[in-house]
Amino acid sequence: MKQSKTRSLLQQQRTWGWIFLSPWIAGFFLFTLFPLMVSLYLSFTDFDIGGKPHWNGLDNWRRLFNDPATSHSLWITLRFGMIMLPVSIIFPLLLAALLNSKYLAGKRVLRVLFYMPYMVPAISGVYIWQSFLNGQTGLLNRILVWAGMSDPPDWLFNATWISPALVVVGLWGVGNAMLTMLAGMQGVPTEMYEAARVDGAGILTRFLRITLPMISPVILYNLVLTIIGLMQYFVLPYALSSQTRVNPELQFINLHLYQTGFLYGHMGYASAIAWFLFAIALLLTIFVLYTSRRWVYYAGG
Amino acid sequence: MAANSPQMQISYYQARQLRRFGLTALVTLFTLLLLSVYLMPFANMMTVSLRDVLAVSKLKEVPLLPEVPSVYNYEGKDYPVFQVTIDSEPKELALVKPGRQVSQFIDPENPDAGFIEWEGNWRQLVQVQKLAPRWENFEEAWTQVRFPLLFRNTLIIAVVGVIGTLLSCICVAYAFARFPIPGKNILFVILISTIILPNQVTLIPTYIFFSEINWTGTWLPLMIPHFFANAYNVFLLRQYFLTLPKELEDAAMVDGAGPLRVLLQVIIPQSWPAIVAVAIFHFVFAWNDFFAPLIYLLGKRDLQPISVGVQVFNARYGSRPDLIQATSLMALVLPVIIFFLAQRFFMRGVVITGVEK
Repeated sequence: MKQSKTRSLLQQQRTWGWIFLSPWIAGFFLFTLFPLMVSLYLSFTDFDIGGKPHWNGLDNWRRLFNDPATSHSLWITLRFGMIMLPVSIIFPLLLAALLNSKYLAGKRVLRVLFYMPYMVPAISGVYIWQSFLNGQTGLLNRILVWAGMSDPPDWLFNATWISPALVVVGLWGVGNAMLTMLAGMQGVPTEMYEAARVDGAGILTRFLRITLPMISPVILYNLVLTIIGLMQYFVLPYALSSQTRVNPELQFINLHLYQTGFLYGHMGYASAIAWFLFAIALLLTIFVLYTSRRWVYYAGG
Repeated sequence: MAANSPQMQISYYQARQLRRFGLTALVTLFTLLLLSVYLMPFANMMTVSLRDVLAVSKLKEVPLLPEVPSVYNYEGKDYPVFQVTIDSEPKELALVKPGRQVSQFIDPENPDAGFIEWEGNWRQLVQVQKLAPRWENFEEAWTQVRFPLLFRNTLIIAVVGVIGTLLSCICVAYAFARFPIPGKNILFVILISTIILPNQVTLIPTYIFFSEINWTGTWLPLMIPHFFANAYNVFLLRQYFLTLPKELEDAAMVDGAGPLRVLLQVIIPQSWPAIVAVAIFHFVFAWNDFFAPLIYLLGKRDLQPISVGVQVFNARYGSRPDLIQATSLMALVLPVIIFFLAQRFFMRGVVITGVEK
């Protein structure tokens, strides 16, 4: 009697659980799993906007590997990623270490101010940086000229300098990484530092041997998110390209995908690009997670 | 022996304190310097947004500060003011009659003294600038970009999205935190792994789906998907719900409260910090979102939010950097103010999603 009552209570609890879970379950099928499968299917069709999809086998995929525009934009993206990825880990790491310093006054205000650029809408950020980096009238080049440089480059419209310029612009996007790393650092027990100090470890040793391993899970988290974010890099290349001077250095893969699918309407081919991108992101993520077993330290686990 | 004397001890502590003070000053100064470099583009934005672009367009070099060439009105006519050295004394004089070898100037401070002759090429003189911030730029940008309309659009999209996110994420997080669902752990892993899914891979079918049901060109694709929960906010709320003590819920259940009433009367009243964080996250996300409104509201200029409206406007007004900077400033004001007001909730939320596993 009593047992059946608890069982029916459990049953009731489960039912309520599914009810509360249902928005996500429905959303997962409707906006994740189903579109995921459909875009895989579309990548094997000649689907254009307004038309009907016809199976064309591996045509899109063959085209993908032979299309110079696609391989160019992939190269642009990967090249930028190779510079931006380490920067978007190391810069917030150093910033967090600085903001965690016991010798820093006004920590709370400084933390808020360093985080603030992250709040700026991406589109505003593009225009703000574009003006700052302007070859003739930008503040940066005024400072460089004042400091004695004779002919500073027009950063965003110079094939050599655009990548460094985009990396600098990207520094405004490190707010979340900085904040999570800082919180990770604050969670490191102070006894560990004291014990290390007694053993004669210097500041650098303590940072490398204690701080870094202790916050390595946070670094992993930010590494994965940065990889995904870099694959979706869009607003800046889009906003700068739609102006008068088109720059091939800004043909990032996501912009290429947008142009292929939405501007020219080749949705089938765009789906193949999307899946190709997804495969790369997945491989990179799996690679990072796989190697993380060697460098990520989980306290108590 | 000397080390044990009280005087030595005091000076030892003093030395330590001095060292500490010095290091603090040094580290803080360095950080402030770094901060000012980091935020320098804002300074550039402000001065450009106040620049009188037309007034400085003919100058060889655009001044950094919002300055315009200084002029002096003499007998009903405006004359440009230059820096002239006469008798090795620098003076600011208005150029009345320019000439290749000899030019005639007038002293604005003493116009009755008559013309002053100066030998040399006036083109080599430096024109005097005066500070004149042009606040009308903001007025002009406000009306040209139709800011009130964009603002209203953005606000509606963001607020409806916040409501949807809160409703769905609170329910889903509650389910994950409290209910014995079979396979819950696997479901949770699936939920979290959707974070690493690049949105392009679901984009095209989702777009086709919305265009099939005639939702493109409306706000619905920007609002409705948020009623189906998302991984970040569910994770944040679930972590928070897990920290709540169960006693209150048990007591409410004993009193006959069902799960819905427990959620509304016990869980939610204790979870305001996390709920506020989620609301702000979504609001800022919706405010700054660019890609989705770009594709779903293509060409619908009356429905576009600030982000797209500003881009459309700025792509056309490339020759007016002052207006571009003014609109960029206007677009960032609200999210930045909200962030400053609620930064504690906000940062706590970021930390929970990023650090706690």
